Amino acid sequence: MTAKVVTVTSGKGGVGKTTTTANLAVALALEGEKVVCIDGDIGLRNLDVVLGLENRIVYDIVDVVEGRCRIRQAMIRDKRLPELHLIPAAQTRDKNAVSPSDMVRVCDELRSDHDWILIDSPAGIERGFRNSIAPADIVLVVTNPEVSAVRDADRIIGLVEAEEKGPARLIINRLNPSMVKRGDMLNADDVLELLAIELIGIVPEDENVIISTNRGQPIALDGKGRAGQAFRNIARRLKGEQVPFMNLEENAGFFGRLTRLIRPGGD
Amino acid sequence: MATFFERLLGRKETSADHAKDRLKLVLINDRTDLTADSMNRLKDELIQVISRYIEIDSSAVNISVAQEGREQRLVADIPLKTARHRR
Repeated sequence: MTAKVVTVTSGKGGVGKTTTTANLAVALALEGEKVVCIDGDIGLRNLDVVLGLENRIVYDIVDVVEGRCRIRQAMIRDKRLPELHLIPAAQTRDKNAVSPSDMVRVCDELRSDHDWILIDSPAGIERGFRNSIAPADIVLVVTNPEVSAVRDADRIIGLVEAEEKGPARLIINRLNPSMVKRGDMLNADDVLELLAIELIGIVPEDENVIISTNRGQPIALDGKGRAGQAFRNIARRLKGEQVPFMNLEENAGFFGRLTRLIRPGGD
Repeated sequence: MATFFERLLGRKETSADHAKDRLKLVLINDRTDLTADSMNRLKDELIQVISRYIEIDSSAVNISVAQEGREQRLVADIPLKTARHRR
């Protein structure tokens, strides 16, 4: 077994990096893959709460790097999915406690007995981002269909290329199909044309993401629901499967189109 | 589909169209580190330099940044004055 290291990053904060990392980890583990995820956001850890594992932290990545524990001791096993582990970030240290070469070393130690190592990068383009992409084999850039998120994604894509970690692949998160239909949100084609990189998934906006995060149960665990399905599809694409993109055009049936034909200036 | 018919019927630009147009320009500036102002200066100086060697129609010069994937390319379209137009 030689794990692939996948780094999830975005530039802008709040676009859904941690949610994406947690759900891809869960989705890969559901497929029977051995997964370890690493929270790269030292000082502002969150992957633990999104995964619902916050009460079981004893050691963290800084303890590993500084030699206070072995790597195995810092790995929290998810009881729902025995193939899923988390290495949490330290909450009371800053990003300089870990270097890019530390991250490469930690990942190299984990590679031999996992299929996937997922790294949740912090926002920004500073040390935490550099740490997170240093060991990456694959970089996933998360964006939202909004001007600020797309602009920052473009900057990050350029930096990933400059670090020779490219080409990054794009996840468009929180796409609202009814806003797209009204012309009040950039659609996936617009974003792809602007950023000119390969798309790996589109996740529709879904309030169930917040509800499931409230409970510490990533939405990909839920069999139903469009966002959960979208994350599971991305996991399968990462594994190399050809999975068609979901049709997000809700209510675009015959009647909807007819109404628009008759009242083109309406709504 | 709706958007297509709306466009066909000349409905006004949507906020998404606006976002896309603005982003196109912002991304060119970000990627090339070239502001609209320095682009204009570049154009003026280019016209000056080229005019020293050959007669051009300076009012029709068009300088733009074209995109091919993630590559940028500076495109200068500089119409020359032909012998017929000279006087």
